[in-house]
Amino acid sequence: MKILVAVKRVVDYNIKVHVKKDGSDVDIAGVKMGANPFDENAIEEALRLKEKGLVSEIVAVSLGSSANQDVLRHALAMGVDRSILIQTDSVLQPLGVAKLLKAVVELEKPALILLGKQAIDSDAGQTGQILAALLGYGQGTFVSNINIENDEAIVTREIDGGTEVIAVGLPAVLTTDLRLNEPRFVKLPNLMMARKKSIQTITATELNVDITPRLKLINVSEPSARKAGIKVSNVQELLQKLKDLEGVTL
Amino acid sequence: MTVLVLAEHDKLDLNPSVYQAVSAAQAWATSVDLLIVGEATEALAKQAAKINGLQRILTVESAHLKHLLAEDVANIVVGIANDYQVILAAHSSFSRNVLPHVSALLDVAMVTDVLKIKGDNTYTRSIYAGNLHTTVQSTDNIQVLTVHASNFAIAEQSENATAEIFSLAAPVATNKVRWVSEEQSQSARPALGSAKVVISGGRSLGSANDFEKTLSPLADKLGAALGATRSAVDAGYAPNEIQVGQTGIVVAPDLYFAIGISGAIQHTYGMKDSKVIVAINQDPDAPIFQVADYGLVADLFEAVPEIIDSISSK
Ligand SMILES: Cc1cc2nc3c(=O)[nH]c(=O)nc-3n(C[C@H](O)[C@H](O)[C@H](O)COP(=O)(O)OP(=O)(O)OC[C@H]3O[C@@H](n4cnc5c(N)ncnc54)[C@H](O)[C@@H]3O)c2cc1C
Ligand SMILES: Nc1ncnc2c1ncn2[C@@H]1O[C@H](COP(=O)(O)O)[C@@H](O)[C@H]1O
Repeated sequence: MKILVAVKRVVDYNIKVHVKKDGSDVDIAGVKMGANPFDENAIEEALRLKEKGLVSEIVAVSLGSSANQDVLRHALAMGVDRSILIQTDSVLQPLGVAKLLKAVVELEKPALILLGKQAIDSDAGQTGQILAALLGYGQGTFVSNINIENDEAIVTREIDGGTEVIAVGLPAVLTTDLRLNEPRFVKLPNLMMARKKSIQTITATELNVDITPRLKLINVSEPSARKAGIKVSNVQELLQKLKDLEGVTL
Repeated sequence: MTVLVLAEHDKLDLNPSVYQAVSAAQAWATSVDLLIVGEATEALAKQAAKINGLQRILTVESAHLKHLLAEDVANIVVGIANDYQVILAAHSSFSRNVLPHVSALLDVAMVTDVLKIKGDNTYTRSIYAGNLHTTVQSTDNIQVLTVHASNFAIAEQSENATAEIFSLAAPVATNKVRWVSEEQSQSARPALGSAKVVISGGRSLGSANDFEKTLSPLADKLGAALGATRSAVDAGYAPNEIQVGQTGIVVAPDLYFAIGISGAIQHTYGMKDSKVIVAINQDPDAPIFQVADYGLVADLFEAVPEIIDSISSK
């Protein structure tokens, strides 16, 4: 069984991003980038399935500029077998990403495709579901556990108020929740080794799909902050203030 | 021009966010239809019939729709999509599963978790865990959206609302996915997503036992729901389904207590729209104080019992 893992390059989750002066976009010049955290869970899960002997090959794919090689090297250092860069400098939105991924799926024919449940920059949370629909494959979203049994992926889904277990016939598209696993740390020798591995590059144009953005970006802004609060010095003052200023009696 | 709202329900009741989704749909000042999909929809349709301003209630019923798989629900929505210019639902794990699938089958872009609906197919939403807002304009002829329910008013209800109920035939099951089981958290407390008061705790509670022992009495006194940070959930102090934040549940209660919570942006994303925020943290520089209306620098293990005592002695 082959697994394809989609890895997005995003701003590191610890960094507070700002808006460009003219409000036209997010200013990410010179900001620390890395693999989308959920995609690391996807890589980790693929590695664990391989360690269980269920998987023959893991291929990581990232879409974007040549800078995305760093997240693919990270995936190689974690232990994936091969990586592919779908190179484009165009603006990518979930529908376009999913169309490109569909073309990669048609080339690679994986039995399982793992994506993160959402990218932490755009917070869209769409690509896996779109890809499943385009391919006509079953989908399992927000998964926190995966078992492969008899041509099915039995997955636990994190849903509002609890969990749900579904069995998705293979080939399947799954999107990962953070709770799926704890991604391994990359050891330095592995990183050095990954530097030497080659990354297959395919230009988005070669895949011949329409990735024209359907959403026009009008502007980006900082949300208005909550009005400054006050510090109270003890519990009694807290209860009094809630009563006097908010009309809340506990 | 018409808008379709996809209703979420738990088989017995419409989800409270349906009422907010309907009022979001009314932003287009045009006719709004509600789609209810399930094994049995009659009682749900009756509830919906009381919502003011709905034109039609469409029901699709079938035994295989007992558990709503994305493929089946998407098929139903797509089957009627051409009658609509806008298809929306309140943002939730249900709609996030179904609507991107719908958007793909319609070959249109979807806009996730819309905060504000502007004219001209233009929407404001948040990105980077709510750190920034962005305004985007869709160029597609059908708009598919999830909306941030707490940003929209609750649609009014009355006994003389005039929606007509139509039942549509269900397409056959897609059978790509088999439903196996479901586990809903058993809690006598109000649902986290719609509670008026939420008491949330962080990793500093130290153990599942202390989490329960310290926060439950306060929640019980105030009729509040319990919430938690991801760190508290990961450490096993609190169940998954009460995680508040970017990757958990977004809440906007009248009163939110952040107890022993540092205030990471991934957490504040899920609670910063609360009306009043109280934070208790022993570190005066904890970022949570930047979003709190009332900050108390104190040891939670002293402050929380004192609050409970003060309430009890009244
Ligand atoms: C992709 C991604 C998604 C995430 N999604 C979420 C999410 O949805 N929700 C979420 O919550 N987090 C999320 N996180 C994690 C988030 O970044 C923080 O790590 C987490 O919110 C911190 O939890 P905490 O406040 O309980 O713990 P800490 O950050 O460890 O803070 C503990 C706080 O308790 C205080 N404290 C300690 N002892 C006491 C005491 N006795 N009395 C009073 N105060 C005390 C300390 O001063 C400190 O401020 C996400 C992270 C990533 C990378
Ligand atoms: N440019 C990209 N390259 C590779 N994978 C991507 C890209 N964009 C999105 N994805 C995948 O789709 C998931 C969900 O992204 P999104 O729908 O944008 O929130 C991510 O976690 C990735 O697995």
